[in-house]
Amino acid sequence: MKKELTIFDNPENVKRLRKGFFVALVLVLIAEAFVDMHGEFSVAHFYGFYAVYGFISYVLLIFVAKVLRKIIMRKEDYYDQ
Amino acid sequence: MINSLLPPAFILVIGAILIPFLGGKTKAAYMLALPVVVFITLLNLSLGNTWIVEFWGYELIMGRVDKLSLIFAYVFTIMTFLGVLFALQVKDNLQHVAGLIYAGSTLGVVLAGDFLSLYLFWEIMAVSSTFLIIASRTRESREAGFRYILVHLIGGLFLLAGIVLYVQKSGTIAFDYIGLTGIESYLIFIGIALNAAAIPLHAWLPDAYPNGTPTSTVFLSAFTTKSAVYLLIRTFPGADILIVIGALMVSLPIFYAVLENDIRRVLSYSLMNQVGFMLVGIGIGTELALNGAVAHAFCHIIYKALLFMAAGSVLQMTGKIKCTELGGLYKTMPLTCVFCMVGALSISAFPFFSGFVSKSMIVSASGYEQLFIVWLILQFASTGVVDHAGIKVPFFTFFGHDSGIRAKEPPLNMLIAMGIAASLCIGLGVFYKPLYNMLPFPVHYVPYTGAHVVGQLQLLLFGALAFTLLILSGYYVPEVRSKNIDADWTYRMFGRFAYKVMDKGLNSLNRISEWVLIRSVKGFSSFFSKAAVNIALFVSVNLWLLLGYRGKRLEIKKEKLYNDFSEGTLPIGIGAAAAISFILLIFILT
Repeated sequence: MKKELTIFDNPENVKRLRKGFFVALVLVLIAEAFVDMHGEFSVAHFYGFYAVYGFISYVLLIFVAKVLRKIIMRKEDYYDQ
Repeated sequence: MINSLLPPAFILVIGAILIPFLGGKTKAAYMLALPVVVFITLLNLSLGNTWIVEFWGYELIMGRVDKLSLIFAYVFTIMTFLGVLFALQVKDNLQHVAGLIYAGSTLGVVLAGDFLSLYLFWEIMAVSSTFLIIASRTRESREAGFRYILVHLIGGLFLLAGIVLYVQKSGTIAFDYIGLTGIESYLIFIGIALNAAAIPLHAWLPDAYPNGTPTSTVFLSAFTTKSAVYLLIRTFPGADILIVIGALMVSLPIFYAVLENDIRRVLSYSLMNQVGFMLVGIGIGTELALNGAVAHAFCHIIYKALLFMAAGSVLQMTGKIKCTELGGLYKTMPLTCVFCMVGALSISAFPFFSGFVSKSMIVSASGYEQLFIVWLILQFASTGVVDHAGIKVPFFTFFGHDSGIRAKEPPLNMLIAMGIAASLCIGLGVFYKPLYNMLPFPVHYVPYTGAHVVGQLQLLLFGALAFTLLILSGYYVPEVRSKNIDADWTYRMFGRFAYKVMDKGLNSLNRISEWVLIRSVKGFSSFFSKAAVNIALFVSVNLWLLLGYRGKRLEIKKEKLYNDFSEGTLPIGIGAAAAISFILLIFILT
């Protein structure tokens, strides 16, 4: 039997990973201050536009998908009946 | 320059036929050598038309070699090699033969300079790919393969009709830019767009691809849609309708991808989303946008194949492919997990992975053309990709809840194929210059600017933040076993409807006519049988009266005769006598 990886069984490691992720979030927000956010559209010049847009897009995607599921979801054997 | 005798398509198609006669290591080496021979052939090609054959007064051009066709031919050949390597342990020769014929026919499509050879390879492509779908030999795959071939044959008919009209109008079978101008161009457009899985002609893709074998789906994911993308770049660049179709394709399938439970179906919807980016690029039609579409096709073929390879490895080693049944596989399949993550980062267009250097060209091109809504949709779709391909596929397969499955890593050849694909994904993301140099138009675009990198990272990471918050709070879409209806509902239901129409309509007509027939025949025959009884009685009674029967004995005789007649229990002799007298009668009369 090959030995298993169990790195994420330890909640400490998951916590560390999450912490690293939040640090990365803060870093990319700060990084915007140091680059010229040239762009064709003026909305993209608002500080943190991409962060906000990414977050909202994602939440919208999930919630619209939840509504869509009510319309399109059928049983697995729908076509076999 | 030395050209080989055979066009690349024929090397693979004819080469494939020999596979069943080989075995063991020879077979493996031979199959791997075929794409290598093709690659060497391609490297030695000079620009211009080669392999020109006269055919019934038409000029077939089987080697239109320019920068556009070459780059597609290169990536198709690389993909063939990876696909063959990944499937090397498969014993089923049908898959190897069909796979190589399929790959060869797409090379034929890409290098065709005339409509006749294009159409020939187009149809070989449809038929050979169907064998890859039904190779699973399950009922679902047979049915899906049947629907797949029907849809593609109809698409092929559109293309053929368009070609016939086009050739009649222009007088030549050679083709290049067509543009949407007349009925023939629309027919050709529909034929090609169907193969690109353009909405609303897309349903065959998520219907058929998830039904392939663990290895055959890798082949399928690469060729059909991207050869259609190639043709659209060649024939309909700048067609505005492609922007609309592309915008629908980048956005609608991602909702399905969020909801789907079957991982290969998630990847199929994600494939549509990526082709959508390419179609938007073709529709914009500027040099940057077209370069972006080509570059994105190149990168996409490799990372999408990588993702399908990872999914195929999981399917092969666990026998399961549904999010609800998987989880925690990183523990025993760490390499597959890492390769899958590389594919996920590439498709998410993470900086220093291949998707970033190609997708950003298309997104930037939409910005330069001031297409604000399109730009917003593309950014939205980029976040959507993070959800389904970037997070959902690796997360629910390799992490998430522990399914308890402890599957081993796949065989070495599969790992090597994934390893090469993963290296290419990173290589293309970091050293993008060689790719840019191969693009059809000169490139002045710089992908790695501070704004691009920071903007993209914010988009991706804050999308991932949304995922984290949603899944921790329990608001994320729960994974459930389900079937989500798509546009194939229309023709599947139409099939059922047509069946019902046949059943209720024609069969009830049958029933009615049967009823009418039986009633009338019964009435008719009973009239005659009664008449026969009555005549017989009339004759007999008179005879019996003459013979002196009276009273009770006569009654008994009458009753017996009546019963015998109506129940058909006359002694057999009477029937025979009747038949013989009938024959005699005919004999006398004629």
